[in-house]
Amino acid sequence: MKRLRLRVRGQVQGVGFRPFLHGLAHRLALTGWVLNDGAGVLAEVQGDALERFLTALAEDAPPLARIDAIETDAIPARPDETGFAILASRRGAVTTGVAPDAAVCPACLAELFDPADRRYRYPFLNCTHCGPRFTITRALPYDRPQTAMAGFPLCPDCAAEYADPADRRFHAQPTACPACGPRLSHSIKEMLAALRGGRIVAIKGLGGSHLACDAFDAAAVERLRARKQRNGKPFALMVANAASAERFGEVGAAERALLEGVARPIVLLRRRDGAPPLPDAIASGLAWLGIMLPYTPIHHLLFHEAAGRPDGTAWLERPQDLALVMTSANPGGEPLAIGNDEARRRLDGIADLIVDHDRDILIRADDSVMRVVAGAPVVLRRGRGHVPVPIRLPRAGPSVLAVGGHQKATVCLTRCDEAFLSQHIGDLDNAATLAFLEESVAHLRRILAVEPVAVAHDLHPDFQGTRFAESLGLPTLPVQHHHAHIAAVLAEHGVNGPALGLALDGFGLGADGGSWGGEMLLAEGAGFTRLGHLAPLAQPGGDVAARQPWRMAAAALARMGRGAEIAGRFAACGPADGVRRMIEAGVNAPPTSSCGRWFDAACGLLGVRAFSPGGAGFEGEAPMALESLVLRPTVLDGGWRIDGGVLDLTPLLESLLQINAQEGADRFHGTLAAALVAWAMPELTARGFERIALSGGCLMNAVLAEGLSAGFAARGVTALLPRRAPANDGGLSLGQAWVAMQSLLE
Amino acid sequence: MSHGSGGKAMAQMVRELFAAAFANPLLDQGNDQAAFDAPAGRMVVTTDGFVVSPLFFPGGDIGSLAVHGTVNDVAMAGAVPLYLTAGFILEEGFPLADLKRLVDSMAHAAREAGVSIVTGDTKVVERGKGDGVFITTTGIGVVPPGVAPSGERARPGDAILVSGTMGDHGVAIMSTRENLSFETDIRSDSAALHGLVAGMVAAVPDVHVLRDPTRGGLATTLNEVAHQSGVGMLLREADIPLKAEVAAACELLGLDPLYVANEGKLIAICAAEDSARLLEAMRAHPLGAEAAVVGTVVEDSHRFVQMETRFGGKRIVDWLSGEQLPRIC
Ligand SMILES: [Fe+3]
Ligand SMILES: [Mg+2]
Ligand SMILES: [Zn+2]
Ligand SMILES: [Zn+2]
Repeated sequence: MKRLRLRVRGQVQGVGFRPFLHGLAHRLALTGWVLNDGAGVLAEVQGDALERFLTALAEDAPPLARIDAIETDAIPARPDETGFAILASRRGAVTTGVAPDAAVCPACLAELFDPADRRYRYPFLNCTHCGPRFTITRALPYDRPQTAMAGFPLCPDCAAEYADPADRRFHAQPTACPACGPRLSHSIKEMLAALRGGRIVAIKGLGGSHLACDAFDAAAVERLRARKQRNGKPFALMVANAASAERFGEVGAAERALLEGVARPIVLLRRRDGAPPLPDAIASGLAWLGIMLPYTPIHHLLFHEAAGRPDGTAWLERPQDLALVMTSANPGGEPLAIGNDEARRRLDGIADLIVDHDRDILIRADDSVMRVVAGAPVVLRRGRGHVPVPIRLPRAGPSVLAVGGHQKATVCLTRCDEAFLSQHIGDLDNAATLAFLEESVAHLRRILAVEPVAVAHDLHPDFQGTRFAESLGLPTLPVQHHHAHIAAVLAEHGVNGPALGLALDGFGLGADGGSWGGEMLLAEGAGFTRLGHLAPLAQPGGDVAARQPWRMAAAALARMGRGAEIAGRFAACGPADGVRRMIEAGVNAPPTSSCGRWFDAACGLLGVRAFSPGGAGFEGEAPMALESLVLRPTVLDGGWRIDGGVLDLTPLLESLLQINAQEGADRFHGTLAAALVAWAMPELTARGFERIALSGGCLMNAVLAEGLSAGFAARGVTALLPRRAPANDGGLSLGQAWVAMQSLLE
Repeated sequence: MSHGSGGKAMAQMVRELFAAAFANPLLDQGNDQAAFDAPAGRMVVTTDGFVVSPLFFPGGDIGSLAVHGTVNDVAMAGAVPLYLTAGFILEEGFPLADLKRLVDSMAHAAREAGVSIVTGDTKVVERGKGDGVFITTTGIGVVPPGVAPSGERARPGDAILVSGTMGDHGVAIMSTRENLSFETDIRSDSAALHGLVAGMVAAVPDVHVLRDPTRGGLATTLNEVAHQSGVGMLLREADIPLKAEVAAACELLGLDPLYVANEGKLIAICAAEDSARLLEAMRAHPLGAEAAVVGTVVEDSHRFVQMETRFGGKRIVDWLSGEQLPRIC
């Protein structure tokens, strides 16, 4: 008889791993024990079927488990052992992780809609295979007293389930039932009635609150937009299931997998012809619609109520009519409201009905946003369901903290070879968001139990992240913005060693103090070389020009030697002649190599959201609208010039003056991709590289990402796209952390 | 002007020009220093160098600016300015007519402000080694008893006031320098503020802070005060006085008017209960006619200056390490 000691690392706590081992041991007539400790799961098993045990361990693990490593040691057998025990948890140096929040599992759904079940229609049911995790966990080890469930003592029935190794709720820390668990402030019936009555309902959820309204009620959607003071930025919808989502957008296999996956992100779907007509205010003029499926019991119950409370789960497969706008309740660009008083105060005046519950949210997390690019998923905003899943780095190193950029900030903390990229935090231009950043850092330190030895930040001297980094009393490591963008992609793809990257971005401070954003970089360890960049355009007015594409169009006209046309073409947009004079005199019109600003220029020249009345445009509005116009990208021969590493797209832009916006969108996307490939190929060939890293905010554009991916593939080069960390500044902290770690290792 | 050899002749001419323009009993004695009886009480002294391009701009020139700037630095101690000294560095070949114009303007500004330029110095540097004219002025003044405004005295709850519209000087300079003639004329607000201050400290002797938001504008100055005092501040965007033309020019140029220089405005911070009285005293003076309460001092370990925007959100109005760099990626 053999006995093995097993160490299982990965996401193995709070996911039903011990009962799984317990059940498996029983089936295979093995004896031994299992326990949770700081490093994961520790077990000893003894018997004859150890091989089968190890195979099943890897293959049949519970749905939320993620096994990173299994270490086994043969140890002396204990002939007198009987049975398999689950022993008390042990603390120790923590290297395991908290699981991300997960959508209601099928077993729980079956209970939710079974009138005979004691949890029938209970809005907080969950089990070890689903439910809240990250957002309710204060610290490790992951045990009920360390979670927001600490104040809910288990009733006898729940306690029995909790203690029974054969039960799905064995040691399910957030488990609850109507007798002992959290309560909702309003009935589902009231909530649905309010939504149907055109009212705006704030619904406290997993990582924050949503503001919801009936998606078909144009007046309600407009009211939500006005009260939230949200400019044209698109709203996401929640529908009952994939069958309902299909009525609005195109759902391929990859999209379906994302929609139905346990992370339940908002998925961008291409709108479909003949979809039920939605109010324009949801996503005006955009070809994509953000749709997510229900992920908490509360969401499911709303759709259940709307469907007439059918018994059983068959209705879950059928298309349902109800569609809700669901937008995070973060007024004025501040973080999601989570505390009950706080939520109430800030949501007063926005929501007509505030639906609350008494389970605290300990850490905020927005909905994640994803889309399918070149056949595989891409994270556009990292949030609920994805944090705190680590990204494995190409190598291990000392623990570093990175604080990201100014907008869409995230932070990243590394432990060994794992990078824990935080949820989307927001734009660091207000104290509330900064406080959220500080909380996120503290929370990550707690749940990972690591202390960073250095902190990485952007080169920009006036980013709040830079100042926060400098306040920590740790060695600081500034990382150039686009180097970080490229390093993030290299990190997630496990590339260790020199690599070529294209950073196609909005703005980042260059190593030379200039305004960069369309860069060809050779990344090597902690350093990089700037091999080339896009031809500079004047950026008249600095940040203002990033919000007013017509200004960049004016700069492009000036570059073409057609500055005299500026005043005439853009008379309706603003002080066009003043902008011409700024460009000509070089007054606050710094040259920028930004790809994003070339996009803006194209939008301006084509009249695509060239100007938002009142300056109320949302970031990326014009390029998103341009991308939406694309039918089939085309390539203009001679649309670019390459000279000494500088890629100049002036001929392309000049040609846009003769064609309409739709053709222009096709030509701009197709030609830009072709030009970038032509520009990078000689450098790749000269170095014998077979892959290229692509990153930066412009890679949020799926048409460009797919065009580049196909263009490089046609020349035998694999394009590495940002997939697990966002292409925009939401991924910066990962790249900063990886650069900083390499710098410490060098 | 061709006073050629080493600029000696030029320096001599300049001395004569100054003697005539600035004439006053102390200067007229022709000594290398001015000697006077010190008044009783607390004295203040300040010095400032003036480098501005262009030298002449709508609403002023480097001469008047060199008087106003130093008078205001004296005044921000709550003091009455008494005497100025002036040092000139001239570039050889600087047009005499221009020199006369700015010296006259300086003399006029000093007379208007009731201060005498009692001693001075002139140096001429080779052509190409200066930018026309640099002026350094030193001011001496006396503070009335019981008055002690200082940057570290802002307390949570205090009111923050400004004496008028923000950003006029910087925009005027920029529009002239860059030849960006705007549709409407924007003039520098360059002015001596000690008269306004005298009225203010008479009404509220315990005014906690007085500052003139010159380079870096309101935002930079408030951040300095926040750091000195260890407090935060909360401004209300809608209450900050701004000329429509300045707002439009800033929108065009992509500048935040809160970071644009002023040369005839002040910030006052006082206890909340004194703010109405202080505002009244400010509005009673022509240079404070558009004074307004623009915010409140708050407790904040981060020492953030924040602003409630017109849209109801809040944003940090931070200090900048240099120019206004882009931030939007
Ligand atoms: Fe970026
Ligand atoms: Mg000074
Ligand atoms: Zn479940
Ligand atoms: Zn219970």
